[in-house]
Amino acid sequence: MPAPATATPGRTAGPPAAQSPPPSGIRFDQVSVAYGKHGEHTVLDSFDLTVEPGEVMALLGPSGSGKTTALRAVAGFVRPASGRVLIGGRDVTGLPPHRRGIGMVVQQYALFPHMKVAENVAFGLKAHRTPRAEIPGRVAEGLEMTGMAAYAGRHPRELSGGQQQRVAIARALAIRPGVLLLDEPLSALDAQLRSGMLAELARLHRELPEVSILYVTHDQVEALTLADRIAVLDRARLQDCGTPQQLYRRPRTEFTAAFVGTANLLPVTVRGDGVDFAGRTLPVPPGDGLAEGAAATLCLRPHRVGLGESPHGGGRDTTLRGTLTDVQWRGSTHRLYTAVGGHRVLADVPELRTPPAPGEEISLHFAPEDAVLIPAGRAEDGAPHV
Amino acid sequence: MSRTKTAGETGRAGTTVTAGPVPATAPARRTAHPRRTGAALWALPPVAALALVFLHPLALVVWQSFSPEDGGHSTAPYATVLAEASFREALTNTVLIAAGATAGALLLGPALSLVIAFVPLPGGRALSRFIDLFLAFPSFLITLALLFLYGSVGMANGLWTDLTGAAHGPLDFLHTPWGVLLAEVTYFTPFVMRPLLAAFSQVETGQVEAAASLGARPWRIVRTVILPEALPSLAAGGALVLVLCLNEFGIVLFTGAKDVVTLPVLVYTKAILDGDYTGACVVAVVNVVLSVALYALYRTLMSRTGGGARPRTGGASDRAGA
Repeated sequence: MPAPATATPGRTAGPPAAQSPPPSGIRFDQVSVAYGKHGEHTVLDSFDLTVEPGEVMALLGPSGSGKTTALRAVAGFVRPASGRVLIGGRDVTGLPPHRRGIGMVVQQYALFPHMKVAENVAFGLKAHRTPRAEIPGRVAEGLEMTGMAAYAGRHPRELSGGQQQRVAIARALAIRPGVLLLDEPLSALDAQLRSGMLAELARLHRELPEVSILYVTHDQVEALTLADRIAVLDRARLQDCGTPQQLYRRPRTEFTAAFVGTANLLPVTVRGDGVDFAGRTLPVPPGDGLAEGAAATLCLRPHRVGLGESPHGGGRDTTLRGTLTDVQWRGSTHRLYTAVGGHRVLADVPELRTPPAPGEEISLHFAPEDAVLIPAGRAEDGAPHV
Repeated sequence: MSRTKTAGETGRAGTTVTAGPVPATAPARRTAHPRRTGAALWALPPVAALALVFLHPLALVVWQSFSPEDGGHSTAPYATVLAEASFREALTNTVLIAAGATAGALLLGPALSLVIAFVPLPGGRALSRFIDLFLAFPSFLITLALLFLYGSVGMANGLWTDLTGAAHGPLDFLHTPWGVLLAEVTYFTPFVMRPLLAAFSQVETGQVEAAASLGARPWRIVRTVILPEALPSLAAGGALVLVLCLNEFGIVLFTGAKDVVTLPVLVYTKAILDGDYTGACVVAVVNVVLSVALYALYRTLMSRTGGGARPRTGGASDRAGA
């Protein structure tokens, strides 16, 4: 079970002056959303999740996993069939979107094309009936924060994609929301811009540490880079939740192991002193609740697999022998594809001066503490409560 | 491994290229003039057909309007017709009814379009298709339907007399200017709705949702997000309705409003009933000038307010570097 909200978001700078802190933090309480005439198509199933005040929570999952539906349930654009959504401890399930006090940024920016940048940013302030004299200062503050002050008089069509996204963020932050919803905000940008915007978002969150951020993405790099915690969804259900390090190093399910990073997932049988794999017993630490004889999956990250015999002797020998099937040069590393006992094992090793040729018999090894045992079929179990 | 260097690589290395193929622009220039001539030849048949079937009759009407019955050519027919009280009354009726019907269509059209486009109604799509079908209906059909409903012996009055036992129903307005106005608003409102529905379908859902998440209530979203984006379509629909109303004949005829004489009715009266072809042509020319002037005004206003095609945000072309 992953640890509950233990991550503490970075707090390096104070927020802009505000009269009172806006309600922050989100809670999904057994939220289910279904479509169809009789609600036969469930797109979010008994979803339980808590986003602490000031926390960045990434919802990560493949297309159709329910992550955007969860975000839209917070925004008020989908009505749960059952369950509750709470913002700052207040039940907002029945509230219309305009009364929820959230900021939202979507993939295609959704700027108002007939308004200039400053008017776009002022939109939410006017809708919230902010005193007229206060609006120019708040607009300037938002544009300053996102580095768009010089573009206040331009129309959205005169801006690049990255600049439009900054304006969308400034517009969402201008109303000083306690909760910021980001729905794949970087997916329309090219790789270089995306990297820059990720750093910008991290900086913004350091400047606004009281804002809870729900960040929907299918990009694991964005989730690992930005999030304090990641909730992994698949087939309308929460599969796993934890800090990026927890999910990457100690995944609870095969799905998490495969979706967050690259993993060797090898079928093994649990023994008293390790696991049986490819005709030998490997000394790996026992998994949670795995009795001797149980079927399990051994998760090994490719960069934790080394080339050659295990340097550890005796009971810590983890050597795997197999036939090299392919070698890929990846700049600073070589990826070795090896068939071990009929199973493919990937190894990412530092660039080799003379890499072995496909067809050669090679040995691989790993440190026992880098191996994670996952009960077989754990992804099919009920959703974890976090 | 050896390979042949291309001309581009040689150029980058600094070698001066002194010989090479003749630039392709020279022969292209030589063929430019024959191409233009060819294009002009292709355009000639449609232009000739247009001149024959449209411009020539129009020119005959204009020519006839300057031809008094006592011979020669002068502006005397214009002086005569423009001085007539019946002409001034027809002009006033035409402008007032057209302006009123356009205003009615501009009020009703957006309201109905907003409901069809944004309110999740059962059968909303079928309703939208019906608007397309409605545009194909002849104007007299709508007038006829209104006669069945609100005519002096129509359903509404029939219901009233059945319920109260009165000899006559209270509704007796279809042959007045108000009846013409009602019929024109009913018939021409879909002409505003069609372009509006197309414009509403182009409004990004994300913009509406972003506005709602920023605290905007539905009416503010309509007023500040949806309608400004649909303004060019609204203006186009309004201009179309105004021009169509200026020239509408069938509705006025079918309502049986004898006292409601508009410019097209005056043309009919002068040409067919009075046999005054020159007078009819004068009124027709005034009608055409009025329509063209209004269209020119619409184009000028649209170009000044930037209501033309507006690039949308978030498209692939916008995904440039920051």
